[in-house]
Amino acid sequence: MGYALNFNLIWRHFDKLWSGLLLSLELAVISIAIGIVIGLVLAVWYVSAGRVVRTIIAAYVEFIRNVPLILLVYLVFYGLPTVVDIAYSAPTSFVVTLSLYSGAYLVEVFRSGLEAVPRGQLDAGKAIGLTPWQRLLNVRLPTMLRITLPALSNTFISLFKDTSVASVISVPELTYGAQWINFNTFRIVEVYLVVTAMYLLTGYILLFALRLVERRFRAAR
Amino acid sequence: MLTQIAYALPFLAQGFALTLWVSLLVVVFSLIAGVIMGVGLVYGPMPLQWAVRIFSDTIRGIPILVLIFFVYYGLPAVGLHLPSFWAAVLALTLFKTAQVVEYLRGAVGSIPKGQSEAAMAIGLTFRQRLTYVIFPQAFRRFLPPWINGVTDAVKGSALVSLLGITDLMQAINQVIGRTYEAMPLYLLGALIYFAVNYALSQASRRLERRFSFIRD
Repeated sequence: MGYALNFNLIWRHFDKLWSGLLLSLELAVISIAIGIVIGLVLAVWYVSAGRVVRTIIAAYVEFIRNVPLILLVYLVFYGLPTVVDIAYSAPTSFVVTLSLYSGAYLVEVFRSGLEAVPRGQLDAGKAIGLTPWQRLLNVRLPTMLRITLPALSNTFISLFKDTSVASVISVPELTYGAQWINFNTFRIVEVYLVVTAMYLLTGYILLFALRLVERRFRAAR
Repeated sequence: MLTQIAYALPFLAQGFALTLWVSLLVVVFSLIAGVIMGVGLVYGPMPLQWAVRIFSDTIRGIPILVLIFFVYYGLPAVGLHLPSFWAAVLALTLFKTAQVVEYLRGAVGSIPKGQSEAAMAIGLTFRQRLTYVIFPQAFRRFLPPWINGVTDAVKGSALVSLLGITDLMQAINQVIGRTYEAMPLYLLGALIYFAVNYALSQASRRLERRFSFIRD
């Protein structure tokens, strides 16, 4: 064996990991925010649309869900600019990718959430004279959001882990920081132990916090 | 452009074969390890249950990419020299095993307690209870999510390209490096992955419907 653990070099470069962790969280938060908008719009559209729109939305969802994230990251960062006249930084390109990615998963979440809203609530809304828009905004969506909150927090935590893929296009998030330390100090085991602990700890803190939020807003049964 | 891509097809096919080979190995190894550990989690003594719980929660709590780098760069540091191919298979297997453990726990947990009590009452041993009573019923609950989860193995296998293994993902990147036809090749790659995974998830959906007569 003969491998002596020495964490000194990790602590000396800890700022790389810390700023990486913050960037990972930032990427995940922005992406899920955009993803929620995509998911909401498409889910509401889906349940009221005709066959053509449904097919298009389903195609988007199935395409994203069945292709590796790393390929989507490459496609958006290296592929798209060769055919469309756009230029963006690696972090922006990754946010675009992860937003489209989370959007596809959230369409499914919200769609099943909308179907789970009890019929009686909509009828009650109709009975007190709410317009279709009011029924959607004040009855359907709030109830649906309460129902889907647990799935939403799971998606967020899994997105936080998915931000590690941003390292392949040199976005300086947590995994990139780990690789930097790996290649520059060769304290390999130490850096991955620390990074593993950071991912786990952050993940469980997020989980705990989100469960508290869920309990606060739990749908009345 | 098309001729260049046609020229690259045999090379991409080789990469695709490697992707399938990695996925197959991972799926088989993780199924064996996952079922054993899952049984340990459900029926084992307390310390074993804790060990499996910690294993599963740790593995599922970190990104697969970190796991792959940890195994690939970390093992040589502690004196274990695995070729990159097997390091990648090991890392992906660890990840998938944790998933299989959870599928198994869910499937076995959904079998009413009365079933194993009845089996115990007629004098079946532990092994007999599992083989004749629990597993045949749990199997139908286990299969659909497990098949659906195979897509995770196929998708996760794309990350082994980062270790310089020429799977489909890496083959695509190499062809792009020579032809500069980025978009068509990424789309072609996406289509290939999509075809495999969509077939798997449809199979899973169909099985679920087939088994939907079972009620809790």
